Amino acid sequence: MTRLAWIRLAIVLGAFAALEWLVQSGRISTHTMIPPTRMVTELWAILASGELTGDITQTLGNVAIACLLSVTVGFVVGAGIHAIPRLRRALDPFLTTYYAVPFFVFYPLLVYIFGMNNLPMIAIGFMFAVVAMIINTLNGLDKIPRVYDKVARMHQMSRASMALRIQIPAAAPNLFTGLKLSVAYAFIGVIASEFILAPGGLGYAIAFAYDNFDNETMYALMLFILVLVTAINMTLHYLEQRLLRRQGF
Amino acid sequence: MTGEIHAHLTRVTRVYPAVAGNPPVHALGPIDLELRRGEFFAIVGPSGCGKSTCMDVLAGLAPPSEGEVSFEGNPIRGSVPDGVGAVFQEDASFPWLTVWDNAAFGLRRQGVDAAEIRRRVEYALGFMGLRDFAQAYPAQLSGGMRQRVCIARTLVLQPRLILLDEPFGALDAQTRLLMGDELLRLWRETGATVLLITHALDEAAMLSDRVGAMSARPGRFLETLETGWPRDRDSSMLEGETFGHITGRLWQLLRSESQAAMGHHPDAAQGGTRREAG
Ligand SMILES: Nc1ncnc2c1ncn2[C@@H]1O[C@H](COP(=O)(O)OP(=O)(O)OP(=O)(O)O)[C@@H](O)[C@H]1O
Ligand SMILES: [Mg+2]
Repeated sequence: MTRLAWIRLAIVLGAFAALEWLVQSGRISTHTMIPPTRMVTELWAILASGELTGDITQTLGNVAIACLLSVTVGFVVGAGIHAIPRLRRALDPFLTTYYAVPFFVFYPLLVYIFGMNNLPMIAIGFMFAVVAMIINTLNGLDKIPRVYDKVARMHQMSRASMALRIQIPAAAPNLFTGLKLSVAYAFIGVIASEFILAPGGLGYAIAFAYDNFDNETMYALMLFILVLVTAINMTLHYLEQRLLRRQGF
Repeated sequence: MTGEIHAHLTRVTRVYPAVAGNPPVHALGPIDLELRRGEFFAIVGPSGCGKSTCMDVLAGLAPPSEGEVSFEGNPIRGSVPDGVGAVFQEDASFPWLTVWDNAAFGLRRQGVDAAEIRRRVEYALGFMGLRDFAQAYPAQLSGGMRQRVCIARTLVLQPRLILLDEPFGALDAQTRLLMGDELLRLWRETGATVLLITHALDEAAMLSDRVGAMSARPGRFLETLETGWPRDRDSSMLEGETFGHITGRLWQLLRSESQAAMGHHPDAAQGGTRREAG
């Protein structure tokens, strides 16, 4: 581990230790918060009992589908928009103001359309994530130096080969940013929807615990989501570093 | 040098079409250019006069608006013919590939076998003084070194006509001279025809068999000078008297054109064809 990684770890552990002390010493009421060590043991018990395995797999499955869809659709649509400048000029205002729209207001409508199943949550996750991918695909394609076009033609490359061997690698840093944002947004979209109304899932389980004053389960699951998302982000970060570090990005 | 024509432009003009409210830009010509097989030809001219445009047309990267282009007797239409290698003015190295992989890029695409790729890439990198940087990424190199990566990437294709657009623009004057010597060595060893675009008059005068001096936009040749250098020349000729004559003449030709290109000339009519008396 690098020095910086140690410092980060120390910050996280320090925060946990502080919280532990605040709760254990009674400065924060146990009605409001449970000590982090309890969260860990509680989480361990929940995971071991298997009672929430179904919810966890449901959430992860929905997030994975929303991610996959938004990354592929976002990339294809982004590349398409990039290829048609007029379409792009027309769409630009929509893209830039997109995240000002509170999507969750559409959730009831989606439930009404798709029914009470996974689809509305995947749809929200997708809506949330796809535009991040579109925007980053556009940014990436914009940054490709025009001279690469000439290089490709000098090497007598086909359109497909140029896309694969030059354009995608050249846009890779931005595509990766799009991917990372899509993962994060898909998580937010899915879990928040589950929180509102769902047949199951982590967000639903947290809401359920909350409604039943079950602090232990609620905090344990919150910790679980934090750890999960952090782990996924760190993995992506690591991959990105490995892929792009030496290129000077 | 046999005097055989290797590539030529006949009555070529290039007008960039109007885009988004901007009027069309008449960038080049009409010009005639005959490159003899195996010669070293340099083009000098003021900024924006159409030098890069001229190279694009000659390489088959841009169609001439009027006129004919041919290479080795065949007309060039819409694509870069085999045997033509170009190095562009902008940094065109690929930051996601190592120096070695950058140089091997074209050969891999052509399906050349691995041993041959290794042989050619190692030769080209050695030639360009990049052997120690084979595993480095372009981000770890200076601008001049990146340009050399691009030259190596073109060199491995063993082009018979090499087009170089200000390849040493990013270098200091001393290194330019040394790279000029390298370029001469490359030219002699490969036997290729070389077209060098440069804004450095001394570089043009020292390196080439012939120098074409271009007018301000739309670029035309004001005059083509024969330098008369022997084939095994190098930068030591800089001390000689002839060199002074050539650069002097080039400057005489280009002074007012450069002023016009900068908008400083009193009678700088749009797209005019001013010529220095002489
Ligand atoms: N894609 C383009 N569309 C429209 N005009 C262009 C385009 N490329 C170049 N031009 C114009 O054509 C003229 C010639 O450009 P060119 O790049 O050939 O000049 P140059 O002699 O290479 O200049 P420099 O020495 O600065 O590299 C310039 O006035 C430029 O503005
Ligand atoms: Mg140029």
